[in-house]
Amino acid sequence: MDVIFDILGSANFWAAAIRIATPLIFGVLGALICERAGVLNLGIEGIFVAGAMAGWLAVYLGAGLWGGVLVSALAGALFGLLHAFLTVILGLSQHVSGIGITLLATSVSYFTYRTALPDVTSPPRIAAFQPLNIPGLSDLPFFGPALFQQTPLTFLALVFVALVALVLYRTPLGLAIRAVGDNPASVEAQGLSVVGLRIGAVVVGSALMALGGAFLTMSAFDAFFFGMVNGRGWICIALVVFASWQPGKALLGALLFGAFDAFQIRLQAQIGQVVPGQVFLMLPYLLSIVALILVARRADYPRALLQPWTKGQRH
Amino acid sequence: MTDAPVLLSLQNITKRFGPLIANNAISLDLHRGEILALLGENGAGKTTLMNILFGHYVQDEGDVCVLGDDGALATLPPGSPGAALKAGIGMVHQHFALAENLTGLANIRLGTEPLLSFGRESAARAKVRKIITESGLDVDLDRRVADLTVGEKQRIEILKALYRDAKVLILDEPTAVLTPQEAEGLFVVLRRLAENGLGVIFISHKLGEVLSVSHRILVLRAGTKAGELVTAQADRRAIADLMVGKTVAEVVRVPAAPGKILLEFDNVSLQSGGRQALSRVNLQLRAGEVVGLAGVSGNGQSGIAALISGLAVPNSGAMRLYGQDVTRASPRDLVNAGVARMPEDRQHDGVVGTMSVADNIAIEDVRSPAFSKMGLLDRKAMRERATAAIAGYDVRCPGPDAEARLLSGGNVQKLILARVLERDPRVILANQPTRGLDVGAQAEVHRRILAARDRGAAVLVISEDLDELFALADRFLVAHAGEVSDAGPSDGLDRGTIGLMMAGQARPPVGIAS
Repeated sequence: MDVIFDILGSANFWAAAIRIATPLIFGVLGALICERAGVLNLGIEGIFVAGAMAGWLAVYLGAGLWGGVLVSALAGALFGLLHAFLTVILGLSQHVSGIGITLLATSVSYFTYRTALPDVTSPPRIAAFQPLNIPGLSDLPFFGPALFQQTPLTFLALVFVALVALVLYRTPLGLAIRAVGDNPASVEAQGLSVVGLRIGAVVVGSALMALGGAFLTMSAFDAFFFGMVNGRGWICIALVVFASWQPGKALLGALLFGAFDAFQIRLQAQIGQVVPGQVFLMLPYLLSIVALILVARRADYPRALLQPWTKGQRH
Repeated sequence: MTDAPVLLSLQNITKRFGPLIANNAISLDLHRGEILALLGENGAGKTTLMNILFGHYVQDEGDVCVLGDDGALATLPPGSPGAALKAGIGMVHQHFALAENLTGLANIRLGTEPLLSFGRESAARAKVRKIITESGLDVDLDRRVADLTVGEKQRIEILKALYRDAKVLILDEPTAVLTPQEAEGLFVVLRRLAENGLGVIFISHKLGEVLSVSHRILVLRAGTKAGELVTAQADRRAIADLMVGKTVAEVVRVPAAPGKILLEFDNVSLQSGGRQALSRVNLQLRAGEVVGLAGVSGNGQSGIAALISGLAVPNSGAMRLYGQDVTRASPRDLVNAGVARMPEDRQHDGVVGTMSVADNIAIEDVRSPAFSKMGLLDRKAMRERATAAIAGYDVRCPGPDAEARLLSGGNVQKLILARVLERDPRVILANQPTRGLDVGAQAEVHRRILAARDRGAAVLVISEDLDELFALADRFLVAHAGEVSDAGPSDGLDRGTIGLMMAGQARPPVGIAS
């Protein structure tokens, strides 16, 4: 028991939890926007890879860090546009298109990386984002290092949580997005464009997902590796359900997952001799499955999720 | 009435779906303050015409013209609901176009404010409140639409149109989902709106309500305009003939001779989807008697159908067939024991669309020796049975090998009738047996059901159409909120009593309550 309290009592643990949660916050917000509009985006895993690679490469080739973030978002938006074209305009299966986008985006990213840097053996590094020093807050005892010594992208992620919640619940645009994911006929009957809203949501959502990838190569690490996304996108798809498609709960879910992950790393260091390391690696995923079982049975899916909309068809 | 200015004019509208001509050069004028009824059978083209008017469909020929603010008729661009809304056309769809996860007020505001703004909720609320006061369309604006009753959802739909200052209000089969009392309330609102200068198009296939609410009637038949008349001078019989195109003999029901109880529910309760679908239901079906179950859909009818079909097991209580307990019997046990089932969603639950007509007719009998030869299916016997059924039940299809999904609703129902009645069932469950069928097919289904009754079968007819129930039922049950009450023999019952019971507002007539 002492081991557990030692871990929970260290500022270092909380800082790590928030750091691990950051890419998930971007990803889960992106997935949430797409799904609220009625489109499942399983391209998320590949869009993470594309965002990570594109942002990093831009910086490596001389762009500023924020320029890299922008390039990353654009890469995500581009794959989002492809997914939207396939699922919203052509009305193809969202599952099949999403998996295809993941495979395509991953391969294109690796290919681009290899082509751009044919001769490197160890991944080149960039000067990544450094933790911000917020006067007053960052110097607080315990809370300073625990909460306020993060890189700018983490704070950006938190800003986006508030922004997405604001748009979704406090603007006519949010009303329309929530309506189009529940019953597209309601939106069309009020003179709005179902197709336009859905394409917009998928493109913006995909750009956010890419920022999750950008965080990995430009904040958490300073280089691009193969396999570095490592299932984070899939975790976001599960977290959206856990969050009941609400931005606030999405933040909570991402933080919980981050905390589990940070916890298992530290627990492994403490008692790793007794229990095999793989058990610890499993822990966050196991817990997210348990959490899903508890929550997802009552999940209130957007009613029109996965359903293509064809204007003028007999419904 | 016709002195009032024309609000809306449809000119020679033609619409084809593949080889089907849904609308053939239809023209109509709607005047200010007028309630125009668009009357016709299912499939006559009413909904298609209104969907063109509202821009959901694009017409192949013809124009939609609307009175503009400058006092002149202007042609609407085809295929644009946005343009229709802007021109002052409001539409209440048969299947509500509401986002159920939003509140009523949010649905009303949807699309009326700039997307990238914070909206004007309080101004919107004030305007809706004013409309509610003027029209009498009272409804709680702050509840999620999913939690509203069907009647309340409809009021939200009408408010949506009025909120956008509609000049023309189109209602597509608005009473299909209402109790008779709710429908009467709707008519009061519509008359008041018309008096205030709104033009109303009221789509219906129910002659009675059209006569009571409209000023003028336009009859559609098979996509063409069959006639146009002023309601006050209209003759009921003549309109019916216009609708159908020929005179259909009504099915005559002779008094029943009820025998012993064949199927019985004893205090049956059922939970489904976390809700109490049925609570302590008692019912008895007797040989040689048709029992009609009335009720607004969603009040427990599907639970009763699922139990009789063997698709659900009650949480408490017992079901007995011929006096033997069948509470946990499987669908196959029930079918083999002589229960015939005509499901509510016949295209979805009644046939396997991708299988042939012959396969679908044999599907409840594939284990019987008649269709097997050395343990394999006897295709020839199946095809022969199907050929006989196609002829005997007038199933219009290319032949026994045609896929069932290609059949029209009426022919699917005849296929199902052939399948279940040829087994000479002792208990028949007919769930919405004629919904969506034309008058001819309807009469055929009714005739077959009554013939089965006269052979001694016990029949339960579940229907939302009171006309149908009065045509078939010897005895009435009414479902409300998962409870079933006995309304007694159909002779001497009036619609008002049934309507009140459907709304849960009245006890059954004294002396019959158990």
